[in-house]
Amino acid sequence: MSTPAADTPRAVRAIVTVPAARAGEVIEIRALIAHPMETGHRADGAGGVVPRDILRRFTCRLDGEVVFAAELHPAIAANPLIVFHLRAQAPGTLSLRWEGDRGFAHTETAPLRVA
Amino acid sequence: MARFISGAALREGRIAIDLPEMVENGNAVPVTMQVDSPMSDRDHVTALALFSSRNPSPEVAEFRLGPRNGRARVATRMRLATSQQVVALARMSDGSVWTHRVDVLVTLAACVES
Repeated sequence: MSTPAADTPRAVRAIVTVPAARAGEVIEIRALIAHPMETGHRADGAGGVVPRDILRRFTCRLDGEVVFAAELHPAIAANPLIVFHLRAQAPGTLSLRWEGDRGFAHTETAPLRVA
Repeated sequence: MARFISGAALREGRIAIDLPEMVENGNAVPVTMQVDSPMSDRDHVTALALFSSRNPSPEVAEFRLGPRNGRARVATRMRLATSQQVVALARMSDGSVWTHRVDVLVTLAACVES
């Protein structure tokens, strides 16, 4: 599975699923992270709005090379799930990074196992 | 949306959107986009974007893809403030931009009010 390498002080829970692959196989990668994705549109009950606090960017690298990236907006649901595909050619290390408002940053690494 | 299209002629097709026709809870609606593309070095999707017609702002997400992905299929979960159209746009390596839209009926909206 994946190993957290937290660079945000608060505890972050993320789950990354990377199935083992045969060489050349296209695999599905699932990346889930606990985050409120506060839209910035909600009333705070005191005449104001709850300030926006969202994840803005997701980047997946394989041995340092970007293989998939996403720009996220408030319309992405809380606890964002991102599912994408990768052609597994050789074993390597995947690094998945989420960045957001209030200086949020979290990186998980996961091995890409290719038989 | 105009920024994504950036002057290209918009063409209908090549994209499938998998989204429920009717949604009880707009807070986390599963959505999958798939583009008909070989995802080869010469012919692949470079970007795939999702927009909504009646959320507080139209942008939902934009994904960067390339031949390394092997398959142009992305899934996530989105908020839907009300019944509306969901629009996908795909930019190909030849510069062409493709679009597809689906209607979705929402019976309980995403809570943007409280």
